[in-house]
Amino acid sequence: MQRRLSTWLLLAPAGLWFAVMLVLPLCFVLVFSFGQREAAGGYVPAFTFEQYANLPARWTAFRNTLTLAPLGTILSLLIAYPLAYFLAMRADPKWRTMLLILVIVPFWTSILIRSYAWIFILGGQGLPALVDWLGFGSIRLINTPFAVLTGIVYGYLPLMVLPVYVSLERLDKRLLEASADLGAPPLQSFLQITLPLSLPGVATGCMLVFILLMGEFLIPAMLGGGKVFFIGNALVDLFLQSRNWAFGAAVAVTLVAIMLVTVTLYMSLMRRLGGAREDVSLM
Amino acid sequence: MQSPFNEIDPGARDSNSLIAEFREATKRYGDVLAADALSFGIRRGEFLSFLGPSGCGKTTALRMLAGFEVPTSGIVLLDGQRVNEVPAYRRPVNMVFQHYALFPHLSVAENIAYGLLQRRPRPDRADVARKVDRALEMVRLPGFGPRRIWEMSGGQQQRVALARAIVNEPKLLLLDEPLAALDRKLRREMQIELQTLQRQLGITFVLVTHDQEEALSMSDRICIMRGGKIVQSGSPNALYDEPISRYVADFVGKSNFIEGVFSHGPDGTGRILTPSGQLFEGRVSQPLAPNAKASLSIRPEQIELTHVSRGGAEQVTVINRIFLGEHTEYLVRHAALGDLLVLVARQAEASEGGFAPGDTAFIGWAKSTALILVQD
Repeated sequence: MQRRLSTWLLLAPAGLWFAVMLVLPLCFVLVFSFGQREAAGGYVPAFTFEQYANLPARWTAFRNTLTLAPLGTILSLLIAYPLAYFLAMRADPKWRTMLLILVIVPFWTSILIRSYAWIFILGGQGLPALVDWLGFGSIRLINTPFAVLTGIVYGYLPLMVLPVYVSLERLDKRLLEASADLGAPPLQSFLQITLPLSLPGVATGCMLVFILLMGEFLIPAMLGGGKVFFIGNALVDLFLQSRNWAFGAAVAVTLVAIMLVTVTLYMSLMRRLGGAREDVSLM
Repeated sequence: MQSPFNEIDPGARDSNSLIAEFREATKRYGDVLAADALSFGIRRGEFLSFLGPSGCGKTTALRMLAGFEVPTSGIVLLDGQRVNEVPAYRRPVNMVFQHYALFPHLSVAENIAYGLLQRRPRPDRADVARKVDRALEMVRLPGFGPRRIWEMSGGQQQRVALARAIVNEPKLLLLDEPLAALDRKLRREMQIELQTLQRQLGITFVLVTHDQEEALSMSDRICIMRGGKIVQSGSPNALYDEPISRYVADFVGKSNFIEGVFSHGPDGTGRILTPSGQLFEGRVSQPLAPNAKASLSIRPEQIELTHVSRGGAEQVTVINRIFLGEHTEYLVRHAALGDLLVLVARQAEASEGGFAPGDTAFIGWAKSTALILVQD
């Protein structure tokens, strides 16, 4: 009894927090999504699927999010994996901590400021000016999907590097010796041993980046300039500008639903790839 | 120190009977000499052990054979071919790793098949499955193929590691402290199994261990290593009975040492004069200079423990008694010589009667069983 009481006490603060700040608002959003917009903006209680039927109106935001979020995740992984591999397997242990800190340092600066930097780099006076000066003609980078993708990968790379690094770092290097001893050349050892055993880290990194990207708002707002916008931007617009709370709620519910479905599918896929091991940690 | 080939009879020196050979093989890590001009041949089909404390170079020697270390200078030969720079994955050599290094994401069968599946052209699936099954039977784990590694006990994992190596029919099977992680009873079992397996397969086994009991019980031949060099090599019996130095006598089996100054005695025997002024005689097997510091080595089972003094016996006090089943181990204290170990066989104890701590007793030994050794 004593034990159960202390368990409840331990869980109470977090439980209360989540109930009030997460579950309750989510319930509101769900209820709102079946409502209607008041003429002057705001919410009128109702029970209608009207808002959901209206979703195709925001198709562009869904399309952008559902292409750029996975693309950004994959691109981050492709860049982060070799970096994490180098840090964990090749870098001199003397320098390893230093290099890891360098990966994390950008996190110490606000993403807002860093995105401003990218506005200048990708803007008319930045890279395009350089390309033009070199005689390759004029290009436009800012406010394109490329700019948003660049910002995304730049911003989220550390989130991908760290879990992959941890899984590679934890990998028992003697397994690679055993693999070589059994006749596997380095590439085969990587494909058959290192890669499968680093999958939990890859899964964690992809999950972190993907989930955050699905709700991303700031980077598309700054580097997409209203031309390349995500669902996050659409939500801000719906709730704060057009004050169409009911429709905004329907979009938000749809976003949460999509995320739940993708994450569940992804986790079951990873579990299968991980050979149904119980100790594969996904998060 | 011995000449490189003194343990190899002339007929064995031609490369046909040697499966592997070190010639002046040296491995240096910065200032540390891990292997110091090792010259040594491994005979086809033998069970050889490198025995020594940690840091003696035994693991480096093994890793040079496996291909994980490239010698700084000198040559490593495998089946007559120089293999210094040949990477591990191209050597027909397999290793059983200290902590098994089994692949956690693969099943038992997949682990064992791993080596076979690296071969090009790829071997036939059915053939691989058959070989895996046979290997599992050999290590007495039939039917364990589909299991996951973490479902297996330590002893079972050890067997899987063994099966994973022998299934490839390597020219050399390297064992790096393979039994260190097992409990005593299991270790004993595995020692017998390893020995049987080695005879069945006819594969040359090279074992690295710091456990003298392990080396003594399994090997045809043992190399005692120290500071990157082979101090002495020979059969377990030879090393036990004729150690060339105090270091070897201390490492192979237990021994009592009486320190002193050497002088020659009659008929090739020698004498040790202890600081307390006592003179002890013993055999001399290695040349020793007069007045050199030396140790008289007497094995615990060579000492006779009696209640009454017989000629030339030394008086001691019994300190401790440990019953070991067929033997009883006594720790006795001598006023000048310090503490000595005495191993009394059950029968002898039965006829002489036991001793209790605090008892006064007498120890004596045949002069021929005492060996005067260099202090190194």
